Amino acid sequence: MNGWQRALKNRVTVVGGVVVAILFAVAVFAPWLAPFDPSDIDASTILVGPSAEHWLGTDSLGRDVLSRMIFGARVSLLVGFVSVGIACAIGVPLGAVAGYFGGVVDTVVMRFVDLMLCFPSFFLILAVIAVLEQSIWNIMIVIGATSWMGVCRLVRAEFLSLREREFMVAARGLGQSPAKIIFRHGLPNAMAPVFVAFILGVASAILTESGLSFLGIGVPPPDPSWGNILTEGKATIEVAWWMSVYPGMAILVTVLGYNLLGEGLRDTLDPRLRQER
Amino acid sequence: MLRYLLTRIAGLVPLLIGVTFVSFLVINLAPGSPVELMTDLNPKAGPEVQQRLEKEYGLDKPLPVQYWIWVSKLARGDFGRSFQQDRRPVLDKIKEALPVTLALNVMSLAIVLCVAIPIGVYSATHQYSLGDRATTVFVFVGFAMPSFWFALLCILFFSVHLGWLPISGLRSFDHNALSDVGRVLDIAKHLILPVCISGFTSLAAMSRYMRSSMLEVIRQDYINTARAKGLDERTVTFRHALRNALLPIITLLGLSIPGLIGGSVIMESIFAIPGMGRLFFQSILARDYPLIMGVLVMSSMLTLIGNLAADLMYAVADPRLRKR
Amino acid sequence: MKPVSRKAATWSAFLLLSTLSMLPACKDGSSGEGDAGSANSGSSAISASAPTEPAYGDALVLGTIGDASNLIRMLAGDSSSAEIAGMIFEPLITYDKTLSEFEPRLAESWEISRDGLEISFKLREDVRWTDGEPFDVHDIKFGFDTIRDPSTLTAYAEDYLQVKEMRVQGDHAFTVVYEEPYAPALGSWASIMVVLPEHILKDEDFGDTKFSRNPIGNGPYVLEDWTTGESISIISNNDYYRGRPYIDRHRWRIIPDQQTMFLELKGGGIDLMGLTPLQFKRQTDTRTFEEQFAKYEYYSNGYTYLGYNLSNPLFKDKRVRQALTHAIDRQELIDGVLLGLGTTTAVPYQPGTDWVNKDVEPWPYDPSRAKELFAEAGWKDRDGDGVLDKDGAQFSFELITNNGNEQRLKTATIIQKRLDQIGVKANIKTLEWSAFINDYINKRRFEAVILGWSMDPDPDQYIIWHSSKTGEKEFNFVGYNNPEADEVLEKGRRTFDKTERKKFYDRFQELIHEDQPYTFLYVPKSLPTVHKRFHGIDPAPAGISHNLTEWYVPTAFQKHTVTR
Repeated sequence: MNGWQRALKNRVTVVGGVVVAILFAVAVFAPWLAPFDPSDIDASTILVGPSAEHWLGTDSLGRDVLSRMIFGARVSLLVGFVSVGIACAIGVPLGAVAGYFGGVVDTVVMRFVDLMLCFPSFFLILAVIAVLEQSIWNIMIVIGATSWMGVCRLVRAEFLSLREREFMVAARGLGQSPAKIIFRHGLPNAMAPVFVAFILGVASAILTESGLSFLGIGVPPPDPSWGNILTEGKATIEVAWWMSVYPGMAILVTVLGYNLLGEGLRDTLDPRLRQER
Repeated sequence: MLRYLLTRIAGLVPLLIGVTFVSFLVINLAPGSPVELMTDLNPKAGPEVQQRLEKEYGLDKPLPVQYWIWVSKLARGDFGRSFQQDRRPVLDKIKEALPVTLALNVMSLAIVLCVAIPIGVYSATHQYSLGDRATTVFVFVGFAMPSFWFALLCILFFSVHLGWLPISGLRSFDHNALSDVGRVLDIAKHLILPVCISGFTSLAAMSRYMRSSMLEVIRQDYINTARAKGLDERTVTFRHALRNALLPIITLLGLSIPGLIGGSVIMESIFAIPGMGRLFFQSILARDYPLIMGVLVMSSMLTLIGNLAADLMYAVADPRLRKR
Repeated sequence: MKPVSRKAATWSAFLLLSTLSMLPACKDGSSGEGDAGSANSGSSAISASAPTEPAYGDALVLGTIGDASNLIRMLAGDSSSAEIAGMIFEPLITYDKTLSEFEPRLAESWEISRDGLEISFKLREDVRWTDGEPFDVHDIKFGFDTIRDPSTLTAYAEDYLQVKEMRVQGDHAFTVVYEEPYAPALGSWASIMVVLPEHILKDEDFGDTKFSRNPIGNGPYVLEDWTTGESISIISNNDYYRGRPYIDRHRWRIIPDQQTMFLELKGGGIDLMGLTPLQFKRQTDTRTFEEQFAKYEYYSNGYTYLGYNLSNPLFKDKRVRQALTHAIDRQELIDGVLLGLGTTTAVPYQPGTDWVNKDVEPWPYDPSRAKELFAEAGWKDRDGDGVLDKDGAQFSFELITNNGNEQRLKTATIIQKRLDQIGVKANIKTLEWSAFINDYINKRRFEAVILGWSMDPDPDQYIIWHSSKTGEKEFNFVGYNNPEADEVLEKGRRTFDKTERKKFYDRFQELIHEDQPYTFLYVPKSLPTVHKRFHGIDPAPAGISHNLTEWYVPTAFQKHTVTR
């Protein structure tokens, strides 16, 4: 029984996976699912509670909360995926190179990682985002550029052990180029933990975005993200519960889903933690 | 061992210089300027004032010169004075904000340890049981809650609805009139919510770490040996396994040292607590270069020391590493 | 005139909040909207049942979103510092509650020479600093010299640099001489800027003195305690020359989050705060709230506008600017953003004040007229893509505003939608305040901007509209240039006679209305709320805090016993 099959046996992991899949679908099919245009302002329906017309009520500009939540799923997931994608694009090659070559290369890369880790990450994100032009792309770039160190260390560790394994030694013996060895033989074998880290990273990025929204430097309105809907909901928490409960729950469930999936996979893919039953 | 220590310490110096260099560059390349904020679109402020301010702050000099001046002052332990209107020494400002943040974080870390370790041990020894799943979901719920939302819900419930706890701040109105014990209790009462909330939201990392560490140890041969000797499960778990499983936690503790001085802007804003997070965030908005740099240097120094301490403790605790 | 406070801008949407207590807020006392200006929630249960005697004691706790920085007024630009210093230092003269006349304070009388070049002040002789030293003209001279000293890092020297000479006569009189008649001059003496104790500060390094956080003043209150980032307390001055104020203590609690502050208000943790329109309309209309708190509403002294960069070819033609104004439904903005708690305005003057030219009406919301005007200027949708075009170029521009200010963001969002309907594309961009000012406004790197100004009681707006003020970092950043407007602005600030002066500003308003360098969007209301145990509140054009020293709590309702 391989890790994936085992993962399917763990109900918590499956639940996480289902949540992730559903949200993914919502994000992809947002334009077809949303009953209204999420930016359709209507001064006559400000903060009206859930009704047959507006299932999740309206916000302080009279926009349909359900539609904004659906499009917000898109924005929030986009932020999660792209920023973690950027982190992996930086961290994976750096880690692989460091782990594969070792020596000076390794030292230089790892010192750089240490340097980046010296900055408390939220500090760094704040410092950069607060002063950059506020756009969804900048937010993704900054979250990505400040969160690649974990993945980098992970991949390096994998490579440190991989490079002594027979197939790697053999590939080297056959005179294959380092690039080829790293990408053809090394990476595929190091992907499992990266995959787990990716999934967990998406969850963190979604949370980070909501925190930034609270500080007024998240995804800029009028684009809806769960973070900025929730932030708006905070001001109306006593008069319009629907404005904070739905986005709050959405973030909670999504982040939880990603974490359960990620942790479940880690549990089953990591041989050291596995319990044979 | 001594050599190892010295090399490690020597290795910190270039890192620290790198940190100051990178932060200096980032801050100065960022748009905006402290002078602008001091005069703040104020029609009564002429351009002369701005030039005077620039001169006073040393911003009229080229960047490398500014950097050199700042670094050489720093080498003498002088963090400089804030660019904000109070013009107070950076160190004073940090000293004011640090104790609150430190107290808050140490307490919440203590809570995390007290709760996360038992949870970790339990879910490792009962892997895949209902309890394991329940605690997993529980700790991740804490992690997954957007903290400001959760904090506000808690205030609404515990402070507004039930009226058990104060809403925000650190002291009641009549704080100064209270007895010494009363004052301590007063502050403690104000800290309950922020401490518990930040503890709850950071349970996940520690408990999951504990769980995997424990899982790993339980698989080891000597545990099986212990079991085979007929020791009861309880003794095996707590006497033999736990002790070894706690080792990696040392690393995690070392890594959380810098976190201790980094306050959370979000929690501090919601609870109106004057800590490091707000100090830093405001210094960024105000382009208060000396203060930003001061906080960054301080926290990166602590990070490095924390890492070092963690490695050392680990080395001392784990005989396998001592040889290297 | 000041832009709406940075703190308000950066921290949250609530621009009225941080400037609540001290800045004059304005509306016409007699002809405001409905019962504007009075407690709108009916008379207080406490005050209605029994007329009460003023009594000493109790404390007023206020919420503020930002800490003060420096209590030497001329060194501080933030509203918290200004507000607190204003309680500790006494001004020479002050605007009365209608904001139209001056009242004596440290100066018991003053006189303007017939040619308008000299102002003579006669000071009171019975005022002491709280350390017991007498206050006299040398203190003013010291403050005056300090603020003009080039080495003093103050942003407020301009008004005092207009003075050619200050002549001190004896210990309690002085005369200031101006080069040219300068009508706003008297207003510049209605401040605490130059009121500083010479005997303490003369040997101090002004930029680095303990005084800035531990001042000795001569006003109604004395600083008692300042816990950085947490709270600031002042306690009443027993020797205050106008008599000890009734309320023993004021405490500002620093609560950065508006929602937390509101919960504190309801929980009894604070007694006074400025409400948001949403809180005013939807969260305070309960019986419990109205039994405890009195709510006030009056027009604030600020307006929000949409400014066009007039050097941009897109906005050069005034018909285009008029068209844009016609295309924006300003009432919708007020309903949507302020929940109706505001008013439209056609001119940069406080609604209801004497300076407003009543013949100038805001342009109506009229999309078809907007289309006509666009067509006259050559903008039509020729290619049928829904966007106006001219010479192959689309009418599309970037609309910037600062982030964190929710009202401005909502305003931008609504404007974007309305403009889209008539074929104008506005792309919203939000920027962090410092970068916004430094890199966009000052460098003129913007097409259109949403911002706010707050207004002085004096009608002089030379600095914002005169064509000589278009340089980098100056305040006519839209680049307004109309020779006739320049002329009336110059004449306005040289004329002391009010009737005469008003004619110039009336003309100025007509010109601004015609040229539309800004689309004036709205004037929001200030919405303070105060716990009902406080009596003696007298809402006026100057707001509610002009008579803070006369507020009191009847003995039976006092909440805090204050240890003095």
